[in-house]
Amino acid sequence: MKYIDQELVVKRMNGRNIVNTLFKGLFLLATLVSLLFLAILLYRIGTQGISHLSWDFLNNFASRFPEKAGIKAALVGSLWLMAVVAPTSIILGVGSAIYLEEYAKKNRMTAFIRTNISNLAGVPSVVFGLLGLTIFVRALSLGNSVLAAGFTMSLLILPVIIVAAQESIRAIPGELRDASYGMGATKWQTIVKVILPAAIPGILTGSILALSRAIGETAPLIVIGIPVIIQFLPSGVMDTFTALPMQIYDWSSRPQQEFQVVAAAGIIVLMVVLLLMNTVAAIIRNKFQKRY
Amino acid sequence: MTTVSIAKAKKGSNLNKVENTNSVYLTKQLNLWYGEKHALKNIDLDIKENEVTAIIGPSGCGKSTYIKTLNRMVELVPSVKTSGEILYRDRNIFDADYSVEELRTRVGMVFQKPNPFPKSIYDNIAYGPRIHGIKNKKILDEIVEKSLRGAAIWDEVKDRLTENAYSISGGQQQRICIARALAIEPDVILMDEPTSALDPISTLKIEELVQELKQDYSIIIVTHNMQQAARISDKTAFFLNGEVIEYDQTDAIFSNPSDKRTEDYISGRFG
Amino acid sequence: MPFAVERGFHMRPSVQEMIAQSKGKKNKKIIEKIIPIILFLIASVSVLTTIGIVVTLIVETITFFTRVPITDFLFGTTWLPFSNKEAMFGIWPLIIGTLKVTLIATIVAVPIGIGAAIYLSEYASETVRRIVKPVLEILAGIPTIVYGFFALTFVTPVLQSFFPEIKIFNAISPGIVVGIMIIPMIASLSEDAMSSVPKHIREGALAMGSTKFEVAMKVTLPAALSGIVASVVLAISRAIGETMIVSLAAGSTPKMDGDFTGSIQTMTSYIVQVSKGDAGYGTTIYYSIYAVGFTLFVFTMVMNILASYVSKRFREEY
Repeated sequence: MKYIDQELVVKRMNGRNIVNTLFKGLFLLATLVSLLFLAILLYRIGTQGISHLSWDFLNNFASRFPEKAGIKAALVGSLWLMAVVAPTSIILGVGSAIYLEEYAKKNRMTAFIRTNISNLAGVPSVVFGLLGLTIFVRALSLGNSVLAAGFTMSLLILPVIIVAAQESIRAIPGELRDASYGMGATKWQTIVKVILPAAIPGILTGSILALSRAIGETAPLIVIGIPVIIQFLPSGVMDTFTALPMQIYDWSSRPQQEFQVVAAAGIIVLMVVLLLMNTVAAIIRNKFQKRY
Repeated sequence: MTTVSIAKAKKGSNLNKVENTNSVYLTKQLNLWYGEKHALKNIDLDIKENEVTAIIGPSGCGKSTYIKTLNRMVELVPSVKTSGEILYRDRNIFDADYSVEELRTRVGMVFQKPNPFPKSIYDNIAYGPRIHGIKNKKILDEIVEKSLRGAAIWDEVKDRLTENAYSISGGQQQRICIARALAIEPDVILMDEPTSALDPISTLKIEELVQELKQDYSIIIVTHNMQQAARISDKTAFFLNGEVIEYDQTDAIFSNPSDKRTEDYISGRFG
Repeated sequence: MPFAVERGFHMRPSVQEMIAQSKGKKNKKIIEKIIPIILFLIASVSVLTTIGIVVTLIVETITFFTRVPITDFLFGTTWLPFSNKEAMFGIWPLIIGTLKVTLIATIVAVPIGIGAAIYLSEYASETVRRIVKPVLEILAGIPTIVYGFFALTFVTPVLQSFFPEIKIFNAISPGIVVGIMIIPMIASLSEDAMSSVPKHIREGALAMGSTKFEVAMKVTLPAALSGIVASVVLAISRAIGETMIVSLAAGSTPKMDGDFTGSIQTMTSYIVQVSKGDAGYGTTIYYSIYAVGFTLFVFTMVMNILASYVSKRFREEY
């Protein structure tokens, strides 16, 4: 007496294979849904906005009239914002990562800092806006300046940069540290001359991706009161300014249909900026493929 | 160097037995713990200058730990505790006022796996002099050439000094690492299984190089390869379970070991 | 050094002598002492940020509660902050609005995200994976303002053409788009969890004659369950905190009912609505955004802690 009837197994196998194929199709479909959505989104916004895209659009200030509305103040403002966010967030992020990876002892304080960083990454961006509003705009009286917005955004992307920098530092083989210490180098010399140079491609790639998140963030800017209708360019970090996503938000929320086209054109500009940043990140990543 | 000169060097060292009395490293009652694990037990060793001292033993016997204690690299592992003394040129390396950086500037190290920095060959060699404050380009050029010649790799890389050190073969990389150690003209070179990751031909080149370097440096080499110890060293220490079982002239150890365990090990009965 | 002379190098002090003479030894020692302190201060910025967020929210929320009784806020079912007669600050309509959008987003994202993860980890060839994963990354990198614009100007009109009862501002369209936004998160984190199930376990089941679908359902999915659940919880947390999509497409009508087709308001979109208006500093409405922000913060924190608890507590050992 056998427990398994091979004939029955073969008969059932057909059904099981059909179920397998069916679900494979469903899972493939699930994968394609997001790709399809991305394609529709890009196509739709591309066709909507391309007609409004022109040199004038890039070179005009905001306007009540959709046909005259331009993105100059927002584009330049976003660049100003990045000029504050990039150094601030990279110095803080890389410094924190070096501390955690190279200096921190395995104690409660370190564990607390680590947990804190991962929790901070989960705080909604609008809450960072409230922090910026209270601390930078009001308590430190920076107003709705480039500096206030830049500091807020830096804190927002700080966890991303710390984690990216930690991973790149951790990827450096211990043998390189040994080699440096073995030559009589001090810890800081080893960090500056061996570890950081080897980790820089990874740090840069991660930082650029984090910055591309900052350049597209809207909610914190709204909360700290960044205006949209601006007819001048900032001349310093204490000036008020506007940014690409703010401008797009303003155009999108206007009732006139014509402004939707302007908003789509603005989105194209924003996406091109993001594409450029991501391309740079990809080039860095490929150029400095790990050698050890 | 040719085999003839190796033989000559060996003979020379035997003749030196009496006159060569200068200790470079004198270890007294060294004990070392990794946390609870007692890794080195009451080590006493007197290592002489301008000799090649080999340290052999099965894996886990403490030979690598010992050589890393000589330049205090072992302290990079957290929870390491030591007792006893190691006198390097008559000064205890564990003294509070003896900085590890100073010690490691005098004592170079070559590691198991070739570990050049992901920089140019030139920058690899110039690393040591630079971190110790030598910035003059002319002097650096000179040091780089001299060190590469000293490691017998100058002719192979002189036209590609600006290339990344990872663009050359593993055996060449290891000689770059030796050249890097030579660049600060150390007094002692510690070698921790320097050929374990290399092919036989590269291994032979490194062995020849060790013979040549011995004229100017004291060399302490850990090896898992007994033939290698027999070929290149003047003295050999046999480690087992964190203890020194036997320490003698290499010839004596391999032809006429006084301890049964040494005999078992070198005849391949374990390890 | 003998061979230096031998090989014809001109004489100079030995390297060791030059090192001994070189300056900066003292500086080195000072640097080694100071640097860890500076780096520790830098690393504590992230801790200070968290403390800043918590303290800011608590202090301003307490001010809010001196004007509006905490019981009204926690148990009230009417949110009418802009009323001229008597402003009402019962948080529940905003929570309900948030949950409506989150519910739809979860319904959209969980099956699609997990389905895509199963496809990528169990069926897809290396080539497919190499193409799909970066595309998912792109999807995750698109700014939410772009999603919001798309929800308002494309998804809503398309939905309206099928279901005419749907209003221009509603919970469904932003819900769907928030769902699409969190798909990459679920897909990639779940895929990581499933890929880390060792190959030999899978091969064991395949060798018994299981189909790939059976392996996925009976072996991989159960083994990776904690990671998958954690990814879903994290994604839901992200959906709760999502701001721009709902600000543009969900409207600004706080209400308690179960209607998904008309205008609603979420916690996040209320904060935006007040921020872009001109509620003056020091008014009750100004402080209300902190109370709402605090509520939102508690919701997302609970989800994040839950996610890390699930992934730690139920981690499989292989």
